[in-house]
Amino acid sequence: MADDEQRPAALTGALRSLGHTVTSAMQRLGYATRFLLMLLRWSGQSFRRLHLTIREIYFSGFQSLLIIMVSGLFIGMVLGMQGYDTLQRYGSAEALGVLVALSLVRELGPVVAALLFASRAGSSITAEIGLMKTTEQLMAMDMMAVNPIARVVAPRFWGGVLSMPLLAALFSATGVFGGYLIGVVFIGVDNGAFWSQMQASVDFRYDVWSGIVKSFVFGIAVSLIAVFEGYDAVPTAEGVSSSIKSTVVKSALAILALDFILTSFMFREAG
Amino acid sequence: MNRKTLDLWVGCFVALGIAAILFLALKVGNLSAANFAETYQVTAKFANIGGLKVRAPVKSAGVVVGRVSEIHFDSQTYEAVTVLTLDGRYHFPKDTFALILTAGLLGEQYVGLDPGGDEKMLVAGDTIAKTQSAVVLEKLISQFMFNKASEGPGNN
Repeated sequence: MADDEQRPAALTGALRSLGHTVTSAMQRLGYATRFLLMLLRWSGQSFRRLHLTIREIYFSGFQSLLIIMVSGLFIGMVLGMQGYDTLQRYGSAEALGVLVALSLVRELGPVVAALLFASRAGSSITAEIGLMKTTEQLMAMDMMAVNPIARVVAPRFWGGVLSMPLLAALFSATGVFGGYLIGVVFIGVDNGAFWSQMQASVDFRYDVWSGIVKSFVFGIAVSLIAVFEGYDAVPTAEGVSSSIKSTVVKSALAILALDFILTSFMFREAG
Repeated sequence: MNRKTLDLWVGCFVALGIAAILFLALKVGNLSAANFAETYQVTAKFANIGGLKVRAPVKSAGVVVGRVSEIHFDSQTYEAVTVLTLDGRYHFPKDTFALILTAGLLGEQYVGLDPGGDEKMLVAGDTIAKTQSAVVLEKLISQFMFNKASEGPGNN
């Protein structure tokens, strides 16, 4: 008897929580869209008072340089070693340059740089804005008739968007150098063939340029997620920590999903 | 940190980033070689293009003189129509011969141009009349086998 009463209750409870999850997710998506429009509307100030944006480029771009370049170097060196191991079986070790450059410029450069950027700069942007909200600094700005979106959020967003393509290009460039270091300097692949085959296969418009476009799109996605999660954080210590977590998780998912979509657009004809 | 130092570091960062893009464009990619300043387009019809792809190089005497910019099928003549974008610096006679060749044994396919002896030159919109299709390995093998079979055992 008791069992019969409990089952419908459990069922409706599950349905109710499912409905709640879906509605609140939709609500947050709508809020994020409205937030993006507000952000774009108030972006003028971050370019008129350029030093606000430059400060953010320093914090999210310049300070990520070291991790980006070191990771790029190591990824390039690993690609050089693994690629050589496979290619020399087919007697085409000279194609190592092509392999390293294409995989970095098309995929690894933009994607890995964006993942690193999300965890290095995105999380700190979320933490900063979330903490400002928790300590009621954003509200205080509003009181003083300073728009917090124009003063705090937009410069951080544009700082991230502008830094990302440069960081991805640096990642690819150091990666190619890492591949060169392992392939040519240590293993002894022919220097001329390494570069000339690379140049023959890497096209500026199709490969390099689409990599830059990709990293620009990733920059928009990561920066938007970072500032939104911070701005929308529950103003408690726990709330800020959970929004930092969801910045990293959502950025990673957004980067990988967008990468799939962009790749299928860009390389469908060329492949 | 004061504004001047900040500007300095951001300036360094931007310069490094632009240098990286230039490095990718010039040293890794082939921006300097791939973009022909002036181009003209000619069409060539082939009975079979094999594995030719859009963006494949067009070579004459081994030098890249253009790219294949479009491939489609002509349902009237049942031929493959390729549009070749050629470098404006190079001109070829009207009776130039277009062949589909393969780089190496299993390499990519490209269009080779063998210049003829005509006085008139190809201009934009012209069609190359004389073409030779791609060599399809299966056809070659079956031809060879039929030849062998028709020779018969007694003729050897």
